[in-house]
Amino acid sequence: MRWRLARTLWLVQFAYMAEYRAEIALWALSGVLPFIMLGLWSAAGNGTGLELGLSPAELGRYFLCVFVVRQFSVVWVVWQFEEDALQGRLSPYLLQPLHPLWRYVAAHQAEQATRLPFVLLIASLFFALQPQAFAWPGPAGVLLGVLAVGLAFAINFLLQSLIATLCFWSERASALERLLYVPTVFLSGLVAPLQAFPPELRRLALHTPFPYLIGFPAQVLAGNPMGEGQTFDLAAGFAAMALWIALLLPLLALLWGAGVRRYSAMGA
Amino acid sequence: MELPMRYLISLRRFWGTALATQLEYQLNALIELLAMAGNLAGSLLVLWLFYRQGVALGGWSWNAVLVVLGAYTCLDGLTSTLLRPNLSRIVNHVQEGTLDFVLLKPIDSQFWLSLRTLSPAGLPELVVGVALMLWAGRRELGTLPPSAVGLAALLLLAAAVTLYALWFVLAATSIWFVKTWNATEVLRAALTAGRYPVSAYPSGLRTLFTLVLPVAFLTTVPAEALLGRLSLAGAVTSLLVAGVALAISRAFWGFALRFYTSASS
Repeated sequence: MRWRLARTLWLVQFAYMAEYRAEIALWALSGVLPFIMLGLWSAAGNGTGLELGLSPAELGRYFLCVFVVRQFSVVWVVWQFEEDALQGRLSPYLLQPLHPLWRYVAAHQAEQATRLPFVLLIASLFFALQPQAFAWPGPAGVLLGVLAVGLAFAINFLLQSLIATLCFWSERASALERLLYVPTVFLSGLVAPLQAFPPELRRLALHTPFPYLIGFPAQVLAGNPMGEGQTFDLAAGFAAMALWIALLLPLLALLWGAGVRRYSAMGA
Repeated sequence: MELPMRYLISLRRFWGTALATQLEYQLNALIELLAMAGNLAGSLLVLWLFYRQGVALGGWSWNAVLVVLGAYTCLDGLTSTLLRPNLSRIVNHVQEGTLDFVLLKPIDSQFWLSLRTLSPAGLPELVVGVALMLWAGRRELGTLPPSAVGLAALLLLAAAVTLYALWFVLAATSIWFVKTWNATEVLRAALTAGRYPVSAYPSGLRTLFTLVLPVAFLTTVPAEALLGRLSLAGAVTSLLVAGVALAISRAFWGFALRFYTSASS
């Protein structure tokens, strides 16, 4: 029963998203920032004394993986939820025997599935231009990478849903999302690999969820060295991800419960 | 003389009403301010990651690269103040058919669509950007000759015109495609390359940012002008690019309107 519900929900959302393929391709293209930053970092690494602990090939692979991770962990639940709450669509959702957030989860995953062809296209284009950056991580590496990306999506979704839940109190929660976006860009490893951070700042960043949204899964996917003397440790990284999920999930449940009790649909 | 006056009076009314509406949302303004401070701090952090290791991006010194960041911040502020609030509405006008009403007004439609409203949230960014340019420029050179400041102001204005024209042309394509929010999103993402001097990129990207996407003319050229490093040819090219871009946007709008078949027909 559960399984059928999930399948139907996903298929409906997939059909909906597939209608907007061109739009989704453009969204995928708007994630070019990692490639711009790759240009900057690789040009800076040429002949100057830049100490990164990543070879040029590893750096290229890292930023490609940052692009890929971002494509599959992007979350827009705040806007959708804000609109649904403001327009009163939330009320019927609340009546259904299904937690409304699951609907958004299905929508996100369906959208990610439609992104897949574009991401593959861009990745093959990248490797055609930079063949030296290519390395096959092996089946275990791919599996670990997919797992890391999935967990990154989960953390991001929980974080954003927390903000979305604030819609129950304020009508413009999306403004708060702008604030969350700042550390997501600068501390996550999106614009600079964490290896480039000075040690104190890196330690500080690793105590926030942000490096686990992009930096860590990208390193796993890229198959870059981890462990002793490196920024990330494979086991510790996954443990940290699990810990963040374990922390955010009850928090979201709590906030959601309080919010729903406070909710009075527009005009009701 | 009567016609420009009419446009000026309209502009004052437009922005007066826009300000009055926006002042209703004071908490939003505070959040925007915080986001701006965070973004600026983050940009400085990224630059510092290079310079603390003794890497000078494209050979630019720390103070000089801050001038580029100042120019970028200034243009970003302009984007939030004028370009985004106005030009992102063109799509809605096309979708909902309200473009008909705009076209019927006894005022130039491109003028109305481009300057109808204004969002004060971007103004602090504009001011901070200019201040950062002047402060960093003075630290780099000691004193700033007024001629350099004047030329930089002129080229920054040219950059703003170029940026506007690019954005307007993309937004105008919604006459055909109806949905172009994302096209401008792609443009915005690509333009973030302007945070850093164009010479900091590998040669392929450098060519792309000079010839295809005029990122170089947006931030690097005004910064060079302020620092007195710009050749006459560079300044003239930048002005030409702005002029041509504006003319193209004008011609393109006229062309696009020929394909507009209002909502009900």
